[in-house]
Amino acid sequence: MRLETFPGGTHPPDQKHFSCSVPITELPSAEKVVIHLSQHIGAPSTPVVKVGDEVKKGQLIAEAAGFVSLNQHASISGKISKIGKFLHPTGIMSEAIEITSDGKNETIDFTDDENFLSLDPEILKERIAKAGICGMGGAGFPTHVKLSPPKEKSINTVILNGVECEPYLTSDHRLMLEKAEEIIAGLKVIMKTVGACRGIIGIEENKPDAIDLMQKLCEKEKELSVVAFRLQYPQGAEKQLIYAATRRKVPAGGLPMEVGVVVQNVGTAYAIYEAARYQKPLIDRVISVTGSMIKTPKNLRAPIGTSFAALVDFCDGLNGELGKAISGGPMMGFALPSLEATMGKGSSGLVLLSQKEAHSIEEHTCLRCARCVDSCPMNLTPLSIVNAVKYDDVKMAIRAGLGDCIKCGSCAFVCPAHIRLVQWIDTGKIRYAAELRK
Amino acid sequence: MENQNRLIVSPAPHVHEGTTVKNVMWNVVLALVPALIFAVYFWGIRALTLSLTGAITAVLVEALIQKLRKVPITVHDGSAFLTGLLVAFNIHVGAPLWLPMVGAVVAISIGKQVFGGLGNNPVNPALIGRAFLLASWPTRMTAGWVAVRGHTMSGINNFNKIATNFQGVSQKAYDLVTSATPLKVAQTLRDSTFVSEINAEAGMDLAGRIFTGLTEMDTLKNLFWGNIGGCIGEVSAFALLLGAAYLLYKNIIEWRIPLSYLGTVFILSFAFGSIPGSEPSLMLPFFHIFSGGLLLGAFFMATDYTTTPVTKNGRIIFGIGCGVLTIIIRLVGGYPEGVSYSILLMNVFTPLIDMLTMPKAFGKVKR
Repeated sequence: MRLETFPGGTHPPDQKHFSCSVPITELPSAEKVVIHLSQHIGAPSTPVVKVGDEVKKGQLIAEAAGFVSLNQHASISGKISKIGKFLHPTGIMSEAIEITSDGKNETIDFTDDENFLSLDPEILKERIAKAGICGMGGAGFPTHVKLSPPKEKSINTVILNGVECEPYLTSDHRLMLEKAEEIIAGLKVIMKTVGACRGIIGIEENKPDAIDLMQKLCEKEKELSVVAFRLQYPQGAEKQLIYAATRRKVPAGGLPMEVGVVVQNVGTAYAIYEAARYQKPLIDRVISVTGSMIKTPKNLRAPIGTSFAALVDFCDGLNGELGKAISGGPMMGFALPSLEATMGKGSSGLVLLSQKEAHSIEEHTCLRCARCVDSCPMNLTPLSIVNAVKYDDVKMAIRAGLGDCIKCGSCAFVCPAHIRLVQWIDTGKIRYAAELRK
Repeated sequence: MENQNRLIVSPAPHVHEGTTVKNVMWNVVLALVPALIFAVYFWGIRALTLSLTGAITAVLVEALIQKLRKVPITVHDGSAFLTGLLVAFNIHVGAPLWLPMVGAVVAISIGKQVFGGLGNNPVNPALIGRAFLLASWPTRMTAGWVAVRGHTMSGINNFNKIATNFQGVSQKAYDLVTSATPLKVAQTLRDSTFVSEINAEAGMDLAGRIFTGLTEMDTLKNLFWGNIGGCIGEVSAFALLLGAAYLLYKNIIEWRIPLSYLGTVFILSFAFGSIPGSEPSLMLPFFHIFSGGLLLGAFFMATDYTTTPVTKNGRIIFGIGCGVLTIIIRLVGGYPEGVSYSILLMNVFTPLIDMLTMPKAFGKVKR
């Protein structure tokens, strides 16, 4: 098998063994869910319910505030118990709607359109927008926006991201194994909405079963293909994925559509399938609860808004004293101050690490060893960005690549001096936001 | 949750490869152990005594200075030990014990700590130490060298092949072959006064024959294994390559600098290295690569993190620059060997090279 990849990057141990062979389990309901109004890039959704309202599962509770925004739906049936600030999966406090379950699990009626693939692209796009789908790999860009490129940009290729390059996470892997046909149907819907003639499913070599299965299903479809990648982090990053799959380089500061490509996560493709066929809103998703500290690592299909504490309980609790709880993967995820935070549409994993694994050592002076330079997938000079930020040299910071950093964390992962490069670069991104926009 | 208050919150990434500064430095020391073992095998325990004297002095001086500067004492990180060891590696086994001591003191104090310590020094501290010794005690540094038992200094063993009645031709030529290092022999042969002193045509012919002897397979073998005279750490090409392979395998050094450095030396010595009366041969570049401090320099000093360029293209430029300077010094300069000075000179250019070679981001169009 020919394996593709991109220049730069690094090799964190993949740690998939905890949960890669555990089939997806349903977590049908939760006692309480917290639906955040900002689960996506763009304007926060506007609530259309008030405290005390009874809602059914799947009912609209907050609507998109503009085009680049998202609808939010009740993920359980029950009563709106509070609208206010709650702990967000990224570790900050943010506006959200809390629903307390009535235990009835009443659901709105879903339709079933068997011929959904012959629907008009505009109708498909509308269903996707109504379902409140955003990128489920973590960035959370509203999907209907991504599927509406300006007229002058023609899209010929859709790439499904089945790379799952973050260590530990296995939710996409399990979904590909268990819902392969649905994902391919979702890919066809995406291709139809953007008018692409080519569909590629990109999967890393550490998921040979998923590669085989997808290849088998794509055999008869001449517009679809599977591309296998050599193990390399961050292969799932959009620009790196596009390069690895098609050898096209997205211009710096540009979007994938500049090279005729749209990228969607496999989880998103599944949600798109459900929205196109059943008009089902995005109210649940698969999340890996994994790491050395969880008693029984699992891949759960859980309602959006379930608290991480409830997920941990469902996986038989912790093994001992928890060091760090990460929402997302360990390379780009967020360390949570408390397990009371709730999962969102972009929550692909909850990684629970021991005190020892979470231990980090103090920053040393930079040795200029240039490992960060060699591991940077964006071909930047990370140490020079960090030094420029430390000495407040905007020009140098931007020249060394501040604006092009995708914060994948490869540099910080390999740094022998344990310098928190991503944190310094983030500081720079915030401090020089005005200069970067120029 | 009963322990939610004790969760560690920090920015991503939450995992680390595990390498530390300490780990890197001691691994480089480990990679130098084969060279040290060879030196001890050739010259006895004296080689070890000199090496440890340099290394321990460096550690003590660094600890003292850090104490005076009231900064944390970090000598356990191995960087001072490594610097001291490298200083001693540039000294021959016949040198007095105070020589590596003085070299280590200068390397750590003037080469490193005045600039703020590890990571801040502009040029390689060990080479500063060596340059200081060479300028201050030129005879101590170059006289009294000891050849490996049963071999000559130059590595040329087979006199008969070169001249049937060697001693009859010239005592001077005999002394040269038996008591000068390979690079010193090469330099002397290039010097016309040597030829004229041992009179006219016969001299010319003899010089050519000695030169050929220098690049013969037997001599190259002696160079490769270390059966020659030289500095403690430079003597065996094999031992140094062993260490270099370990560092490359462990991803501690990167191929760009050593490869461009050695490649440049290879090409230039092949093109310009021969002397009148000898044919250019493919043995010549190997002679230049295996002799002197080139391998020690290319793999262990030109790859020093702090003092070399960080950009990928910059590293290649750095390596080529070192190669060009080394060959210029060896072929036309006043010293037989130019590795340390060429690296020192290129160290000074490092900031400039980095500025000029800063890469464009992935997807950025050249303007």
